[in-house]
Amino acid sequence: MNEYTYPILFGVIIGVAIRLVMLRADYRQYPTYLHGKVIHISLGFIAASLGTIAVPAIMELEFTAVTFLTIAASQFREVRNMERNTLTELDAYELVPRGNTYIEGIAIAFEARNYLVIFTSLLATLSFLVWNIWVGLAVSFVCFFIVRKFMSGKTLKDIVKIEYVQPHFEGAGLYVDNIYIMNIGLPQRQEEIGEYGMGFVLTPKNFNVRSTIANLGQRQAILHDISISMGVFRDSGTPALVPLIKRDLDDGRIGVFVLPQERDKEKAIKIIGAVPVLENAIRMPSESKANKGEEDLK
Amino acid sequence: MKVEKMILASITMKRDNVDGGSPIFICDTKEEMDKVAANLEAILDGISHALSDELYIIVKH
Repeated sequence: MNEYTYPILFGVIIGVAIRLVMLRADYRQYPTYLHGKVIHISLGFIAASLGTIAVPAIMELEFTAVTFLTIAASQFREVRNMERNTLTELDAYELVPRGNTYIEGIAIAFEARNYLVIFTSLLATLSFLVWNIWVGLAVSFVCFFIVRKFMSGKTLKDIVKIEYVQPHFEGAGLYVDNIYIMNIGLPQRQEEIGEYGMGFVLTPKNFNVRSTIANLGQRQAILHDISISMGVFRDSGTPALVPLIKRDLDDGRIGVFVLPQERDKEKAIKIIGAVPVLENAIRMPSESKANKGEEDLK
Repeated sequence: MKVEKMILASITMKRDNVDGGSPIFICDTKEEMDKVAANLEAILDGISHALSDELYIIVKH
């Protein structure tokens, strides 16, 4: 026992607690099982220890201890690789895959969360050592709220208007509103689609959003989320019953065609609204210098 | 080069409309065409698309 024991203990506990807060299983169903959680809690513990121990090390004038943090960085980059590999492997067996953009987003989040744990532990321990445990706790709370803010990105309902439209056939062509989806030849398939198919039109609220929802990864994420939450009328070997999203080239609206097992329009609109806007899909054409000052782009 | 889409079979009532490399199934009635196309779709894991009332193709996507 020395003067650093309690601050270090405090920092580690706060760090692990923050990691636990960020590790909630939701509709993305990941990580679900205890083993998956154990991996992330252990990594969170390592991150918390690294962040915590940096402070006393510097106070003891052991400046080389900072190089520890570089090990941490490469360690947690490995976490991102691990998540990416696992999810990509699993994606091949999904009826409606997540898509690489979604997976990359999840992997980045897992890496970033470990860094948040390091910072939190570092600040908590530092304030404990410089002032006292109460300041440490206060700083931890501030970190907690910042972390919560990091966790909640934008969702689709912030950037698009969602309307239900019953899909219809013109000859063999399947349409959602006026957006052509695909050609379905067999009358039997057409009947199934008439019975189970649901269509939605997503109208972008501004110019930036047009490019964001046009992103193929973002579109796949929408399809995946609906299929997860509402079930999917599909099996392997029925490629005709595939949910699809196509784009209206004129105005950037997208037509979502899905085959959910549960046909509840209100719920479906809610689910589409809650789909996260993927970081990697966000485009900001209005920020380009060439477009600056043109009000209609905003 | 990776071929992403391919016509696996054609089903038609008019023999003269189709020619070329893919197998061609000639049917007498629309009902027969539907039946053959449904079976082929299931067997080949492709989608049957209607180019006209007398011509279906099975495409692997």
